[in-house]
Amino acid sequence: MEIQSSNLHFKELNDTIKSSSDKIINIKDCIGQRYIGSGLSNKDITIEGVPGNALGSYLNGSNIIVKANVQDAVGNTMNAGNIFVHGSSGDATGYAMRGGKIYVKGNAGYRAGIHMKAYKDKLPVLVIGGAAGSFLGEYQSGGLIIVLGLGATNDPPVGFFCSTGMHGGKIYLRCNNLPIDLPSHVLGKTADESDMNDISEYISEFCDEFGLSKEEILSHNFYVLTPNLENQYNQLYINN
Amino acid sequence: MVMNLFYPEYEVIRNKGKCINCKICQNECANEVHNYNDKLKIMTDDSMKCVNCHRCIATCPTNALKIVKADYTFKQNSNWTKSTIEEIYKQSSSGGVLLSSMGNPNDYPVYWDKILINASQVTNPPIDSLREPMETKVFLGKKSNKISRDENGKLITKLEPQLEIAAPIMFAAMSYGSISYNAHEALAKASEQLGILYNTGEGGLHNKLYKYGKNTIVQVASGRFGVYKDYLEAGAAIEIKIGQGAKPGIGGHLPGSKIVGDISETRMIPEGSSAISPAPHHDIYSIEDLRQLIYSLKEATEYKKPIIVKVAAVHNIAAIASGIARSGADIIAIDGFRGGTGAAPTRIRDNVGIPIELALASVDQRLREEGIRGNISIIAGGSIRNSADIIKAIALGADAVYIATAALISLGCHLCRSCHLGKCNWGIATQQPELVERLDSNDGCTKLYNLITAWKNEIKEMMGGMGINSVEALKGNRLMLRGIGLNEKELEILGIKHAGE
Repeated sequence: MEIQSSNLHFKELNDTIKSSSDKIINIKDCIGQRYIGSGLSNKDITIEGVPGNALGSYLNGSNIIVKANVQDAVGNTMNAGNIFVHGSSGDATGYAMRGGKIYVKGNAGYRAGIHMKAYKDKLPVLVIGGAAGSFLGEYQSGGLIIVLGLGATNDPPVGFFCSTGMHGGKIYLRCNNLPIDLPSHVLGKTADESDMNDISEYISEFCDEFGLSKEEILSHNFYVLTPNLENQYNQLYINN
Repeated sequence: MVMNLFYPEYEVIRNKGKCINCKICQNECANEVHNYNDKLKIMTDDSMKCVNCHRCIATCPTNALKIVKADYTFKQNSNWTKSTIEEIYKQSSSGGVLLSSMGNPNDYPVYWDKILINASQVTNPPIDSLREPMETKVFLGKKSNKISRDENGKLITKLEPQLEIAAPIMFAAMSYGSISYNAHEALAKASEQLGILYNTGEGGLHNKLYKYGKNTIVQVASGRFGVYKDYLEAGAAIEIKIGQGAKPGIGGHLPGSKIVGDISETRMIPEGSSAISPAPHHDIYSIEDLRQLIYSLKEATEYKKPIIVKVAAVHNIAAIASGIARSGADIIAIDGFRGGTGAAPTRIRDNVGIPIELALASVDQRLREEGIRGNISIIAGGSIRNSADIIKAIALGADAVYIATAALISLGCHLCRSCHLGKCNWGIATQQPELVERLDSNDGCTKLYNLITAWKNEIKEMMGGMGINSVEALKGNRLMLRGIGLNEKELEILGIKHAGE
């Protein structure tokens, strides 16, 4: 089903998507309507134009392809599904996502991948092609965040406070320098072969979707950030 | 020389004449206070470990035990009290942040106790609540400010989603993890029987409790633990937790060691992984952002469920509530500074926030002044202790109240304020299986049912005395209240007259 969305309020647009029996939905001329795909399952949505905040929040198994940029809180608390963004994404990309994958071709704003968590067979993956803003992976407790830094002017391609409060999961940074403000409860090291094997399929999927060369991407140095489990906040409290 | 700066807070007094060495106290005490000495053939005790939870007293078959406050004393000093001195010893020996449980125990004014309720005499007859109909049912949610008709002149009766509760009392958020499964099950069962609701707290919903969905409020907090489509669909309402009265402005950290078994499953995080709830929701930095989260939840649940926003009572609560009432939320829950907790830094619990009585009165007043009171229902919480507190809260403007400490006390809690130690001898604030099984959920359900039923009857009786026959008619009816021993500013904020006026 094709939806010409330029004159629709978000509620009308989302009601049309939810009530449609079609699995494949094409949205044309999206002009910032919010909450597209909120809690949705089992749809393949392609969006032309720019969707509004909270695209794919609580997404529970659908594919969403956006041909342009997306705004804030894309994939908020998503549980399953895939979101491909052919442009850049706003703040809080993939907040608290538990499962599924978000691929952003361009840059991501502040607080991307914050409080991401893995659970059982669910492994959330966020790949950012360009650079990420500050607070990348803050409170991360599981899953994979990969920042490729393609076209980025900074090395590393992240802002301040990367991985602050991290207590699980992994962050991959394709760059030559570790963040200078890496907190003491996070360990940074050069990715080894086994680390790279863990992300191979996601890099492939990213390159397939956006028409990039996997070989070229992988020919560069990657760092891996993991929590330093020996230096978490232990003994902070005393019984009173 | 080994120096001991700490002395027992309580002392176990054992009547040797009555003690039969049955060792029940030893078995019942998870704090390992009581010990049988094989050589001497007597029970001994280590008072240092006692938290004064009364489990041993309650289970002693011969009434041989009593726990008394130890009378060790520092030199008398109204400024440097015993607890102030001991807290410094604790911190200087550990470097730790002081951690406590349950509500603020300090001697702040309890305004409920300085408010008196009216009754009718002569001019407006009281109603006999036992023989005449009294309505305690309330509906929570947005109320329309105007009547509208369709093109045929028919009334449009479609309302925003409402919660229908048989009494203006609900069980406040307590997560599975902070309290035991049996405690949660008791709350769920009792809510179903009473026609009210309980609240999952931020730890997700155990899959065995999904069947009580109609009587469940599911919470979405900053950590988003256990939040996914089925969970959001499961409850009758969704509560966004912004803050909690016992610890406004801070997050939470459940250590990985407590994330085991069902707790891990319900929170949907791996065993051993710490559950950190950030202080803010990092997708909410403004009322506009809050609106976004509210509508993303409404979109995900097809606008069928009221959205509650829970905040702690803090200084600017009236302005905050005004923002929330404009954000699209259906209900605001305000939690006063005496509200309970499973663990909070002592300093924050005892010093941050304001009393619910003042917060509630100022919020209700502000929303009326701005003409938006109908946009939102108000739930008041943070130490509602009995049915008179409820009457007073409703007359100050609440649509309903949240209770939690009172509910736990009915389940056997003795307010020893040691929840954060995880060794609750009453099977409430613990996950140790042998302790949890001490709390029978059916028995707990009966206790909760009895408590709320009794309160409901008292509410009816007090309303009847005022000549009022429904909770709805009592709501915001401040003429039914008078202050006693309050200064003019306090009376002004509460919006009530002094007794005798």
